[in-house]
Amino acid sequence: MTTTIAAKPATSAYAGQASLQQQRARAAFWFLAPMLVMLIAVAAWPLFRSIMFSFTNASADTIFNGQAEWVGFDNYLRIQTLDSGAIRWRGVLADEDWWNAVWNTVRFAVVSVFFETVLGLLVALVLNAEFKGRGLVRAAILIPWAIPTIVSAKMWAWMLNDQFGIINDMLLTLGIIDQRIAFTSQPDTAMMAVLVVDIWKTTPFMALLMLAGLQMISRDMYEAAKLDGIHPVKVFFRVTLPLLKPALMVAVIFRLLDALRIFDLIYVLTPKSDATMTMSVISYQNLRDFGKYGVGSAQSTILFLIIAVFVALYIWLGKVDLTGEGRK
Amino acid sequence: MTAQTVFWNIMFYIGVVLIVVIAIFPFYYAVLTSFESGTAIFRVNYLPESFDLKNYIAVFSGRNFIRSIANSVFIASTTVIAALFLAVTAAYALARVRFRGRGLLLLTILAVSMFPQIAVLAGLFELINFLGLFNTPFALILSYTIFTLPFTVWLLTTFMRELPVEIEEAAIVDGATPWVIITQVFMPLLWPALVTTGLLAFIGAWNEFLFALSFVSEETQRTVPVAIALLSGASEQEIPWGPIMAASVIVTVPLIALVLIFQRKIVAGLTAGGVKG
Repeated sequence: MTTTIAAKPATSAYAGQASLQQQRARAAFWFLAPMLVMLIAVAAWPLFRSIMFSFTNASADTIFNGQAEWVGFDNYLRIQTLDSGAIRWRGVLADEDWWNAVWNTVRFAVVSVFFETVLGLLVALVLNAEFKGRGLVRAAILIPWAIPTIVSAKMWAWMLNDQFGIINDMLLTLGIIDQRIAFTSQPDTAMMAVLVVDIWKTTPFMALLMLAGLQMISRDMYEAAKLDGIHPVKVFFRVTLPLLKPALMVAVIFRLLDALRIFDLIYVLTPKSDATMTMSVISYQNLRDFGKYGVGSAQSTILFLIIAVFVALYIWLGKVDLTGEGRK
Repeated sequence: MTAQTVFWNIMFYIGVVLIVVIAIFPFYYAVLTSFESGTAIFRVNYLPESFDLKNYIAVFSGRNFIRSIANSVFIASTTVIAALFLAVTAAYALARVRFRGRGLLLLTILAVSMFPQIAVLAGLFELINFLGLFNTPFALILSYTIFTLPFTVWLLTTFMRELPVEIEEAAIVDGATPWVIITQVFMPLLWPALVTTGLLAFIGAWNEFLFALSFVSEETQRTVPVAIALLSGASEQEIPWGPIMAASVIVTVPLIALVLIFQRKIVAGLTAGGVKG
């Protein structure tokens, strides 16, 4: 690594430049190689193998010894003829539980991201104003973000407890409810409980992203609007929001993708509840609890495809500059 | 000041107080509960009433909890150091060298960090079993690379783009190779970015749950999130809320301290990457 460009006699300026460019490109290749090898080993290969498993009848007994048999698309969809001659559709795509999980996941993702965006924007607007103790507030909202998801799930599970929970106590005292509610186990409130915890935990992240976007907007713009006597609400919709849109779009897509794969919060807060069963959770159950590697992999592959299509559409339709290359 | 502005000022401060209270309350309540035991824990109270260390003693005397903390520290730090090591050179190539397919490569790396972890679970399980790593910390170090590596590459690329071109040009004129530019010129400038990136990746690895739950079955090999999630009482029905809250407080306090100390760096990192840590 001691060869230097200056040591080479540059016959012409052009040749010198070309070799420099070549040298840099070659270096770039070797700089990227270790990372790429690693990513292929831990991401691409396992993904490929998982997809392959989804076409087999692999179980906990056969997954490692190669005795799993190729079954084609049977895990996804197949026709079964019963003894009585009746025809039944089987497989993940004909499975009610799976569609319930798909619906739960989509509902969770849309509702949580909607509230996180609106509330995050509100918090960001507050933090963008100048007032005493702003630093303190910013520090405070980092706390939910810093708490591990599992820990926040447990903290909220305790607060939402049906017999001893403080939230039941609050609502009873305020007269909003007249009897204690088992928020995390009742089917009609379980999803709400999950949403509340996720929104509580992730709104700070959204707020910080949007605050960064807000701080890029020049103050002169607001001064000018103020001098012209334009109502602040109108300024918000006509100036702030359009200028914030790029930052907002990136934040929303990252959050949506994250919400679609949710696992840990639900696994701990509302275990075994059909009302909150998501695609990741049902797939995990098949894989690790029931040892049905074929079916579980089929489910995780469908989730992967949904997210992949979603990302491709988003990039293609929105022309979102996710890489930030254009920002330079 | 008109009555209207006074009114709006009051509303504004009510909003501020509300934000702070909502953000802090669950943690405050966990701390409160962690110091209560016996029947005190089942009485709802909003202000501290007792200071009982029984829960903390219970958590620490179960010797697996300390082991879990040690596991988490070892796994998260090893993962982060390995990822940073691989990411620095890769980020230089992605941020500073023009080559064909760079944009596509960046998108692919981003996509890897966003795709659902469950989609690789079966394949990764096979790989870990093949390498004989099941039930060891290295199973988790290997699998955590799947999200820490793309994340660190992504963030460091963003930071490296910001470094002035003039410094690099001067180094090239002086005859520095890319390797020398990275190690001698950029590294000293990148320290703050490395701290930010490392910290965010550490928090991500520390909090990970799915892989930790899947690739480790023995109690002594568990990481903190799994240990807390599976903390159980004497019977199935009895959930030991006191010790759970004490354990939660123990693992959260260092994180909150880190976040508050490095507040500015973390906010800079989050907004630069736009990726959840």
